[in-house]
Amino acid sequence: MRQEIRFSGLGGQGIITAAVILGRAAALYGGKHVVQTQSYGPEARGGASASAVIISDEPIHYPKVTEPHIYAIMSEEAYKKYGANASADAVMLVDPGYVTSRPDCTCYEVAATAEAKARLGKPVFANVIMLGGLLEATGIISYEALEHAVLDSVPKGTEENNKKALAIGMELVREQRP
Amino acid sequence: MTDKTEFLNGNTACAEGAIAAGCRFFAGYPITPSTEVAERMAARLPKVGGTFIQMEDELASMAAIIGGAWAGARTMTATSGPGFSLMMENIGYAAMTETPCVVVNVQRGGPSTGQPTMAAQGDMIQARFGSHGDYSIIALAPSSVQEMFDLTVKAFDLADRFRTPVFLMADETIGHMREKVILRGDVEIIPRRELGSDELPCKPDANGVPGFGTFGNGHGVHITGLTHDERGYPATDSAALHENLVRRQVGKIENFRNEIADVDIVNPDAEVIFISYGAPTRAVQQLLADYPGVYGHFNLRIVWPFPDAKLAEFRAAKAFVVPEMNLGQIAREVRMHTNVPVVTAPKLGGALHSVDELKHAADVAATATGTFTEVLL
Repeated sequence: MRQEIRFSGLGGQGIITAAVILGRAAALYGGKHVVQTQSYGPEARGGASASAVIISDEPIHYPKVTEPHIYAIMSEEAYKKYGANASADAVMLVDPGYVTSRPDCTCYEVAATAEAKARLGKPVFANVIMLGGLLEATGIISYEALEHAVLDSVPKGTEENNKKALAIGMELVREQRP
Repeated sequence: MTDKTEFLNGNTACAEGAIAAGCRFFAGYPITPSTEVAERMAARLPKVGGTFIQMEDELASMAAIIGGAWAGARTMTATSGPGFSLMMENIGYAAMTETPCVVVNVQRGGPSTGQPTMAAQGDMIQARFGSHGDYSIIALAPSSVQEMFDLTVKAFDLADRFRTPVFLMADETIGHMREKVILRGDVEIIPRRELGSDELPCKPDANGVPGFGTFGNGHGVHITGLTHDERGYPATDSAALHENLVRRQVGKIENFRNEIADVDIVNPDAEVIFISYGAPTRAVQQLLADYPGVYGHFNLRIVWPFPDAKLAEFRAAKAFVVPEMNLGQIAREVRMHTNVPVVTAPKLGGALHSVDELKHAADVAATATGTFTEVLL
């Protein structure tokens, strides 16, 4: 089965890093076929940023997303561009500190940036909090695979805070489960 | 060395392929969307005893890798369209002096500076004919991250075997996407044939390729872009000598066009056959998966020299459909080698052909009667 995940937000939020970590987890530690792409523009910090991950049990031919079913959105602008067109059976995570709109599909509010600042002292952990939330909401790969990929992608000395970030994201989604 | 499995983008895999193939000299001028090749080479080469030089421009980059090759190294540069244009003069010099080297072109939208961050395949004709005079080259086109590694290795072997510049004609899509890739640890390096002590430096062997008189090995060779005799000395006033030289240099590659062909032939009994290379290959593969058994596919990993004889393997072909991220550059080449109707399916702007667009092109092709038809997507 082909699953398409869209990460979007602002440059500097770690959108592309989050997608690369998820792709790495599924490809190297989850035994899946994976393609990760990004909309690649001249913008630096503050511009729009979007990345996509395709995960499949079969070899992936078409490398671009066609219709994502999983979204992690960290800016209102990105919501308007990608989230507003989500199908009714999609699963969406939004950071309510940035995204004010809400979709018709299943949606979890993951206050990743606020929680990162409040509980880990820095907003840079927001993308890993989103990843934790995404894992809890979708079960798309195992926790072990994701943790492994997070730990070999982050700077030395930040491992414990990144593990906490994963746990915070998972907890935020769990609290909203019906 | 054992194999390593990594999750990398195509450009990084290309650099790893170069290192694995024994490339120890890289000279370049970083340009989007090829920059990650230079970044990785800059990080890796000093650790394996190699040299990375950031040059002042692409003319100098090309000149430097020619010089590095004559000093005995396997050499490479990486660029995109605007830099590729600047390299053309020295690419002709590499062809005339029969210098083995690898040039990576991660194609972006052109002409001129065009679309720096968007994929295209608009440099395919330039790769074959971009420098002045008659010559031939070899051009490869990867369609996956694994092929960015594998075809880079292959490019070095072909460059040394035929003593020619070899182009890896990638595109932004393949260069920037990440996939799982096996970095092979067992890459066998087939060295270029060194000039014998009793051999003339520009006298070809039976395959049309002279021995390579590496500088510093005591050969006393003279290298020139001027028309030259078998000793390597300028000889510019003989029509026969010039024609023999040019025909021999072209023939040493073109005579092997079907032997070195690197293609996939899928469903050869189908009536509508897609011909593709690079990123559009992935879209064609998806179409064939969605409509099993309906269409044929001729996938090219070596585009130049064009493997014309392989077209005959599609015995029942009623149309060849050629989706390209340009206005039909290789479709014209296909047209030259077949009487079957050719349908060009061009797409510009950076987006990959969708499966629906390919299906539409196939529907047009099924009833195509003209020798060359453009389908608008």
